[in-house]
Amino acid sequence: MSHAEKDSFGAKLGMWLFLFTEMLLFGGVFILYSVYLTRYPKEFGLGGHQLDLVFGATNTVVLLTSSLFAAMSVTAIKRGAKQLTLGLLSGTIGCALIFLFIKYLEWSAKFHHGIYPNSPKLIAGPPGESIFFSLYYLSTGLHGIHVIIGGILMTWTAVMVQKGILNSADNVTLENVTLYWHLVDLVWIFIFPLYYLIL
Amino acid sequence: MSQDTAMAQGGFWRDTGRSGIGSWIFSTDHKRIGMMYLYCVLSFFLVGVVLGFLIRLELIAPGPTIVTAQTYNALFTVHGVVMIFLFIIPGIPASFGNLVLPIQLGARDVAFPRVNLLSWWLYAIGAVIVLVSLFTGGGAPDTGWTFYVPFSARTSTNVSLAVFGVFVLGFSSILTGINFITTIHRMRAPGMTWTRLPLFTWSLYATAWVQVLATPIIAITLLLVVTERILGLGLFDPNRGGDPVMYQHMFWIYSHPAVYIMILPGMGVISDIIPVFSRKPIFGYKMIAFSSLAIAAAGSAVWGHHMYTSGMSDLGVLVFSFLTFIVAIPSAIKVFNWVSTMYKGSISLEAPMLFALSFILLFSIGGLSGLILGAAATDIHVHDTHFVVGHFHYVMFGGTGFAFFAAAHYWLPKYYGRRYKEKPAIFGWILMFVGFNVMYFTMQVLGMEGMPRRYYDYLPEFARLNFVATVGSWILVAGIVIVVWNLWRGLFRGEPFTGNPWGGATLEWSIATPPPTENFDEDPVVTHGPYEFKGAGIP
Repeated sequence: MSHAEKDSFGAKLGMWLFLFTEMLLFGGVFILYSVYLTRYPKEFGLGGHQLDLVFGATNTVVLLTSSLFAAMSVTAIKRGAKQLTLGLLSGTIGCALIFLFIKYLEWSAKFHHGIYPNSPKLIAGPPGESIFFSLYYLSTGLHGIHVIIGGILMTWTAVMVQKGILNSADNVTLENVTLYWHLVDLVWIFIFPLYYLIL
Repeated sequence: MSQDTAMAQGGFWRDTGRSGIGSWIFSTDHKRIGMMYLYCVLSFFLVGVVLGFLIRLELIAPGPTIVTAQTYNALFTVHGVVMIFLFIIPGIPASFGNLVLPIQLGARDVAFPRVNLLSWWLYAIGAVIVLVSLFTGGGAPDTGWTFYVPFSARTSTNVSLAVFGVFVLGFSSILTGINFITTIHRMRAPGMTWTRLPLFTWSLYATAWVQVLATPIIAITLLLVVTERILGLGLFDPNRGGDPVMYQHMFWIYSHPAVYIMILPGMGVISDIIPVFSRKPIFGYKMIAFSSLAIAAAGSAVWGHHMYTSGMSDLGVLVFSFLTFIVAIPSAIKVFNWVSTMYKGSISLEAPMLFALSFILLFSIGGLSGLILGAAATDIHVHDTHFVVGHFHYVMFGGTGFAFFAAAHYWLPKYYGRRYKEKPAIFGWILMFVGFNVMYFTMQVLGMEGMPRRYYDYLPEFARLNFVATVGSWILVAGIVIVVWNLWRGLFRGEPFTGNPWGGATLEWSIATPPPTENFDEDPVVTHGPYEFKGAGIP
């Protein structure tokens, strides 16, 4: 279209609005969490102790590191350091893959112990425990899907940086994708304490 | 003028030099996207009309009449899903919003033209998924459009696919909302200050915020229904410790604000039409603009009034009831301002104005009957009766539906460069108005007398009024057929329509007819308000 010039402020405004919608999407899950927590505090506590703190904490560090790389990549591209940008983006994508792999290990361990949605063990157990693990799989699963989407977006951005479509003058797409990545990080920052720590 | 029309011959319909279906479904021109939405929503509207017609036909007499009970359940479910998610939510914002909004701002397009196209594609994909769900799997959903658990988690009909289709439609709605907010903030022409925004644009702005802030909640809720059915999460299953009422809360946290997605753009249309056909500036511009935002904000906190009988604390009922009454205030502000605008105006009763006037009456009846439902005590009597059906059809159809036709008669000639015939339009409007009231007012009486909604069969004492309501539906359908046929014929083969015959002062009336692809030959500078008619009159 013949827009006189690219409106990067407008693009960021649109992205922020989209991030609001993502927060509200997860907000729905957090509403359910808070309602059921007040109803089954004991079962939620017991469920929380069954989660593996090492897996959770490692993933938190991995995701925070990836966010750091993502933020640095924005500064790098603004300075015109193409190779550095690409390296930092690869770091982000690498962290995303490590996160997903650890998640896979964690979920497999749970499955192995017979804890998965609708499993005979959970159906036989107290109602609150089944709710806790259903919410756990729902939150981490939905978050995992967002990690995958974020990883794909990061890869796509890296290709555009490689081709020079994104450069020191025009880089709002990279900035928007990193904003999205920070949201993915932020949601995890809420999920981690709610399920692993405070109970 | 003649040179102008010669230059613009065909406008955005022809001036890209491209033709064929690809020039439409891959076009990022807001007018082409608006047109595609228009044809889609109008088609789904007619589908929904046929389904509603069949529901009324089944209810013409007690006992089985034309369909089985299961088919009847599917009929009212699909009627609701089609009308709500495929017609009325995208109805005015996505079709007329896309057609009119950028031009009213003095912009060449929306802020994100490609995202706009993506919205349409998501809408089309979502619609196809919903349609496929009707004919595959266990058959058309039979849960009602609200998909209440636990039934929706258990029924063997194809709920999962239908719900997923609605999820995709929600995505489309969110993207349209984001696009419109950004467009209104960033794309206004020089001189187009916030207090010079046409009120239709103001209403789209308020609507867009509701779309952005409410729709994600329905997205997660619908995902939960799907996961409930596929994975058996048990989050709403009382046997597993879940709570079905939580579903109702989450559903209505979106779906009540969604009724303002439906009605606000309609109110915007009316706010633009009434001053033009009264030849008088709008009365209370700032209050009308503000009341749109107030409705959007207050309307987000009233969802509980759908659930007085579902199990809620008395305090909860009182709070939601109080908040519901608050919403009536900004709605009434609009109605009073529209009426004041007409006072001592030079009123011209042409088709758009007639639809707008009937909007005021029908919306007022619907709004006031809404207060009967919003009051905690009276709701117990009429909850889940035909009174509710009558109420929301007064607001949704008598409100938004009539506003949709008002907008069609007001703006479409501008975009086609041809106009409909006035007399059939007025005749069709009379039939619609009469049939509408015969049908839905009777329903409200039926509800007061205790006839439940969604029932296949009813007691013999309701037979007479049900017969009257069904006859009303025939008159209404006859009116709709005449109006749509007259529009169709007129817009393709009618008299040429040029210039600004109604004397509108908003920017869309200042450009060529039909508008060229880039809307403005040179970027406009706005020097007057949207309802300052001096000098903007008939050329």
